[in-house]
Amino acid sequence: MSATHSSHIKAAARLISQRVNNISPSGIRKFFDLLSSIEGVISLGVGEPDFVTPWRIREAAIYSLEKGYTMYTSNYGLPELRRELAKYLESHYGLDYDPDTQLLITAGVSEAFDLALRAIVNQGDEVIMPDPCYVAYLPCTLLAGGVPILVPTSEANNFEIKASDIESRITERTKAILIGYPANPTGAVMPGEELNRISEIARRYNLLVISDEIYGRLVYSIEHTCFASLPNAKEHTILLGGFSKAYAMTGWRVGYAAAEPEIIEAMLKVHQYTMLCAPIMGQIAAIEALKAGEADVIRMVKEYDRRRRVIVKGLNDIGLACFEPKGAFYAFPSIKATGITSEEFAEKLLMEEKVAVVPGSVFGRCGEGYVRCCYATSLADIEEALRRMGRFVERHR
Amino acid sequence: MKQILEILESNARLGVEQISTMTNMPATEVEKTIRQAEKSRTILRYKTVINWSKLGEERVQALVEVKVTPQRDVGFDAIAERIYRFPQVHSAYLVSGTYDLAILVVGRTMQEIAAFVAEKLAPLETVQGTVTHFLLKRYKEDGEIFEGGEEIKRLPVTP
Repeated sequence: MSATHSSHIKAAARLISQRVNNISPSGIRKFFDLLSSIEGVISLGVGEPDFVTPWRIREAAIYSLEKGYTMYTSNYGLPELRRELAKYLESHYGLDYDPDTQLLITAGVSEAFDLALRAIVNQGDEVIMPDPCYVAYLPCTLLAGGVPILVPTSEANNFEIKASDIESRITERTKAILIGYPANPTGAVMPGEELNRISEIARRYNLLVISDEIYGRLVYSIEHTCFASLPNAKEHTILLGGFSKAYAMTGWRVGYAAAEPEIIEAMLKVHQYTMLCAPIMGQIAAIEALKAGEADVIRMVKEYDRRRRVIVKGLNDIGLACFEPKGAFYAFPSIKATGITSEEFAEKLLMEEKVAVVPGSVFGRCGEGYVRCCYATSLADIEEALRRMGRFVERHR
Repeated sequence: MKQILEILESNARLGVEQISTMTNMPATEVEKTIRQAEKSRTILRYKTVINWSKLGEERVQALVEVKVTPQRDVGFDAIAERIYRFPQVHSAYLVSGTYDLAILVVGRTMQEIAAFVAEKLAPLETVQGTVTHFLLKRYKEDGEIFEGGEEIKRLPVTP
């Protein structure tokens, strides 16, 4: 490398904003680079369905392209999509949102929670969230100028967040509570009563609750409680959801936010200057998903449930104690029996047995001692991965 | 019962233990249910969907429309049985529309099928006429797409 080139890089690095320098890159990405260099890996490291988007949804998008639907949409999203979404939220959760003022279509739920945070967080405002949690919660809070306040959760409590633990961390700078259940990476689902307690706390202290329910449809043998549907919760809730997980539509980038008109208006301000609108093709596909995708959701949930039982039993059988995840498509077994850190575990498992899992530590300090195993993978691969992991655990115990 | 059958329908090779885990039912009960289903002929057979053309094996198939005269007392059933008893007949259906029976005939060569239609099927007393459609290409069968099915294109690690 020439001297001028390297000094140029150094100069460029100095130009990076403090705000961005303050956040660390996702631990998942580092792992991905390592993985790409190895052949024959079975990956339980994914965070998306192994189903392709149901054909009828894809076909609707193809038709829309043929018809020439290639333009911007309203900043809020296609009116028909918002109307269908309002109907969906009403029929599934009994929620009454006005499609004209209370719904915003975003480029995936990822954009939606970035918008939510940017719309409500002042510099130094505190946002309470569980540890471990989805990799983006903390950095997005920092990027919005907020201060993440982590509430430890543990396997002893099935990785559920306790209302009392939230309450004890509230200060005068607290602005919001950010929760995401069913949870990535743990698969935890919150019982309705505890959510209700959180809602009461939010009301008492005048806080907003950002509820990321992207995995809301993926629950097994229990009902999902939509936070906004709790008594008197709607006005202090920003409900976030999307199509990626339930309809196997990750790459389409369509999600949504539902909240009081003032909040949606504030989020729209950021959205219109940054994203402008969610991609029209994805929005049209989402309309078809809402109108006719229910049978596909049920089919996929059934399939995940079967694999879930196989992986949970399998992990427990090979000596990786795993509590029963009731939602999403992750198992989060403890690797403490091996005595190594979760990062070491994941790296060695990849090198020695060619199975990829994600170290729990990338999701927060409380994720240490665990690894995330995605079971949205074929049954044959899950079984082979379990055999390999069994050999690995045997050696490292 | 339904759950177990659904699982077996999609993959008949799964064992009792696996199905027991998948359904959260005791293995003994799974075994009992399967045995009952086999006995009552709810489960008829376990089979494998094979793409024979991969082996370069030629198999000729034809859909044959058969128009027949229904008979007193037995309707279409007696003539249908006369026809579906032939081992060459892979599937047989009574259908609505311009003809009565739709049958799928399998053979090694076109001549073999032609001979079967001309010598066995058409001369049957109640058969008024047949129309034979030879299959040119198999795109999808029993829910399986034969060529260019979907492979998973996702990245190995995603958030």
